[in-house]
Amino acid sequence: MPSSFKHTLFIVLLLLAVFAVLPGVYQNHLLLFNFVIFLILAQGVNIIYGFTGYLPFGYVGFFGAGAYGFAIMVMHFQAPAALAVIVGGLVGVALGLLLTPLLRLSGAYFAIANLAASLAVLHFVANPALENITRGPYGVSLTGTFNPTLAYAAALVVLALTLGAVVYLKNSRFGLALQAVREDAVSASMAGVDVVRMRVIAWLASALVAGLAGGVYAWYLSVFYPDNVFSGDFSIFAIVFALFGGVATICGPIVGVIILYGIYNLIGFTTPQYFQLIYGLLIMGLVLFLPAGLVSLATRRGWHVP
Amino acid sequence: MSPDSAPILNVSKLVKRFGGFHALDGLSFHVLSGEILGLVGPNGSGKTTAINVISGLYAPDGGEVVLDGVSIGGVASHKLVHRGVNRTFQVPKPFLSLTVRQNIEVALAYGRAVGTPPEMAALLEQYRLTEVADRPAADLNNAQQKMLDLVRALATRPRLLLLDELAAGLNPTELDWIAGHIKALAQSGTAIIVVEHLMGFIEQITDRVIVMNAGKEIFEGKLAVAVRVPQVIEVFLGGEHAA
Repeated sequence: MPSSFKHTLFIVLLLLAVFAVLPGVYQNHLLLFNFVIFLILAQGVNIIYGFTGYLPFGYVGFFGAGAYGFAIMVMHFQAPAALAVIVGGLVGVALGLLLTPLLRLSGAYFAIANLAASLAVLHFVANPALENITRGPYGVSLTGTFNPTLAYAAALVVLALTLGAVVYLKNSRFGLALQAVREDAVSASMAGVDVVRMRVIAWLASALVAGLAGGVYAWYLSVFYPDNVFSGDFSIFAIVFALFGGVATICGPIVGVIILYGIYNLIGFTTPQYFQLIYGLLIMGLVLFLPAGLVSLATRRGWHVP
Repeated sequence: MSPDSAPILNVSKLVKRFGGFHALDGLSFHVLSGEILGLVGPNGSGKTTAINVISGLYAPDGGEVVLDGVSIGGVASHKLVHRGVNRTFQVPKPFLSLTVRQNIEVALAYGRAVGTPPEMAALLEQYRLTEVADRPAADLNNAQQKMLDLVRALATRPRLLLLDELAAGLNPTELDWIAGHIKALAQSGTAIIVVEHLMGFIEQITDRVIVMNAGKEIFEGKLAVAVRVPQVIEVFLGGEHAA
């Protein structure tokens, strides 16, 4: 086993262990749960943006679809929560499949089209005409599956799977080929890489991750409205956290979530009136001085960052 | 060198339009295994378009591209790579943030080279990239990026190799050196199409040239003969020089 792979494994296992133990010593479980959700979403963004270059401004679409996939399974089919989470993930994948034509676009056009698609899904789900199926704008209230402890554990499992996927991408020829596609799709095809297939696989993998996260989120909350689980904040936060730390690495998005979401909550508790100002300045500083994320501080010195 | 007689590539009546502009307008030619064919012509005559169609970047609007007796017009690039077609680009297009070694690894892993795959160390050494092997491709100079582009193509073991202005920007010593490599590749059986503006280089390496103008072939044969054909002189230098 190469040492860089050992380091990666150590970081991943340490992260999972810390978040497994923390609920025992820290009371604000919702905050810990949100941390885990953003760790998942930031890695999901990492898969699609870091490894293929598509910026998913409508990433929350998969998350919300996963949450509603969970809710519908529980409300209409009385499915056990774990199964409903898996279905949530599959609903994310189904939405991803539906949106594969967007991959023909690039850059800002893709980002805008993806944002529009997520809004379309929100308004579809929130349509009063679908009240019998989705409860429309009136929101869902899931009784019977409410179990924050199990939901938190499920979120950790999803995080472990997501990190596993990113570790694979970072250390496999498949991931290398994805990065080649991101750098230059034409050259990648001349290296024998099936560009369309690679992009679709990465796209569906990131949709699966967000769908599963949406499923556990719905499980944890049990009561929510379309605006909660389709909030654009999820997309923006996940993207900003991933970029802040540095994409196409395993550590970057982790560092981004811990620092930025940590500061977010710290300011929120202590000086909420300065929140927007401090947060805005932080992000501007990053874009100006560290466009490749915090990890570039290390890579510039020639250090290897897993 | 002795090209064997079977044409590996047959292009017939190829048409490619961009809007109302006919970039290729009934182009026909063939290449034999082991042969080095030059495609020459003024800017805009359709040389690069021809290469783009043959390598699958553009689907043709008419005519046929036949590789080993099978029509390949419109087949996706990566599938053509697996069938033994590869190319370099006029402006080299390496994967800039990946290291030189990783650039080549992608092609070795996905190129499905027929027979024994080429060895990384040998490729690096032959094309003078060993010292920069672990540097990002973005750090390379233009000549090195061109060599990396070529090595990326060679890693897939092409039987038909299309070189789009590989020589442009190389110094005379580098030109001699790369000419030797190209000839050696042809001697090992690879069919090579060279698009080039440097006539001395073309003269040095090609067996035969096709002179193109406005998307059509206007001459086929030895470059030394081509330069005495009035029609060829006319398209390169303008009408008054042709007499």
